Amino acid sequence: MIRLVKLNKAFGSQKVINNLDLDIPTGAITAIIGPSGEGKSVLIKLMIGLLKPDSGQILVDGEDITVMRRDQLNRLREKFGMLFQNSALFDSMTVYENVSFPLEEKTRLSSNEIRERVHEALEHVGLKGVDDKFPDQLSGGMKKRVALARALLLNPEIILFDEPTTGLDPIISRAINGLIRKTHERFGFTAVIVTHEVPEIFELCDYAAMLYKGKILMSGTPGEFLNSKDPLIGQFVKGELDGPLQFS
Amino acid sequence: MLFFIEKLGGLSLALLQEMGRMMNFILYSFYTIVRAPGKPFALFKQLHFIGAKSFFVIFLTAAFTGMVLGLQGYYTLLKFGSEGMLGSVVALSLIRELGPVLSALMVTGRAGSAITAEIGIMRITEQIDALESMALEPFKYLMSPRILSALIALPLLCSIFDLVGIFGGYVIGVKLLGVNPGAYFHEMQKSVEWKDIWIGFVKSISFGLIISWICCYKGYYTGHGAEGVSKATTSAVVMSSVLILIWDYFLTSVLL
Repeated sequence: MIRLVKLNKAFGSQKVINNLDLDIPTGAITAIIGPSGEGKSVLIKLMIGLLKPDSGQILVDGEDITVMRRDQLNRLREKFGMLFQNSALFDSMTVYENVSFPLEEKTRLSSNEIRERVHEALEHVGLKGVDDKFPDQLSGGMKKRVALARALLLNPEIILFDEPTTGLDPIISRAINGLIRKTHERFGFTAVIVTHEVPEIFELCDYAAMLYKGKILMSGTPGEFLNSKDPLIGQFVKGELDGPLQFS
Repeated sequence: MLFFIEKLGGLSLALLQEMGRMMNFILYSFYTIVRAPGKPFALFKQLHFIGAKSFFVIFLTAAFTGMVLGLQGYYTLLKFGSEGMLGSVVALSLIRELGPVLSALMVTGRAGSAITAEIGIMRITEQIDALESMALEPFKYLMSPRILSALIALPLLCSIFDLVGIFGGYVIGVKLLGVNPGAYFHEMQKSVEWKDIWIGFVKSISFGLIISWICCYKGYYTGHGAEGVSKATTSAVVMSSVLILIWDYFLTSVLL
């Protein structure tokens, strides 16, 4: 389980995360939703230690990552996989090299075994015959799938998805969401998805938490969100212009 | 007045913080080099990029520097009737000063800027975050091979610079202006000591450290977007070049 306790993070004078508490249940898909610019990506980067909080605790299976040394943090990160907003594929490497990279660096598998695993992962995300392509020769949806294959390869216990469908057309978005569901069912990892794409995400997630002004405004099941009487949550879920949510 | 003191204090603190961060950066880089040096292929790739690909620009710069030294040195020495000393003037200037400094400045412009831009782009496109998220150490993959390569490549490039420069001076002095070839090499042999070569070696290896340190650091802590990378690259080249010249003065005054 990931537990965030009284977490604070500011950039200069701008407080992004403000005394935030949140529990992420093991083995479930949890979506962190909220308007753009509310610090959702910051939150997910805090969870994996890419950013350091100003105060508070981040407990992963009971271990506080905020006080860990670099080598301890790296050991803990072996439990994680992460899919970045812009895929973050290594642009000087081919698709095959990108996906095989963590295996080559972290395992002692033979090149045949690596090839087998890479092709299995690529096939699982619906990609074939793209081994020799470079990331800039792929579409946005294909890049996300390659990144997902790379994230899945070391069988992580927790996968963090930073805006996995942002910038993709509705069909590809649905395909990516379906792929996340399918891989989750197969591998049973804990998934944390940061997104502002509601209500679509409610079809995928088991739980959701809404981040607003640095705090968790509400957490619960998709049904609870859809039936919420809170005007702010109602406005965000329905995507209405009028309401208490202010757009600047 | 209070405002001025406040500003000065703020600036001093920011400068101290930056210096501390830079020191941490290079110490952690060396720690990584010792603890997990990375794959030889990555080192050879960087050696090829920083060293082999700089050969042409080093050759060209060295040839013309040697030729200019030959010309200037000849007409200056002629006033004192000692043009036979030309070989000694050319060789000492190149081995002690111009070889290490000019080769370092050329490498800064050619490879240093590219190092900052490459690492900077990896930073803004979250490729460095991706490495970290996979529990892979970015210093092992990005910094160690570049720093090690610069430490190996710079002394080699500097020695090529010295050789080509001496030959450039020979072409102008001996072939064009008629200095006795025996005198050119004899005076050179008489005046150049192992200490001079050692000074050149120490300088070039320390310039290699300055270039790789500053350029990797600026790329790793680049600002946001394309503008951030462009500013980091400019700043890396300017800072490396200025530090090379300042460090050269200090080393010269200590080692002479």
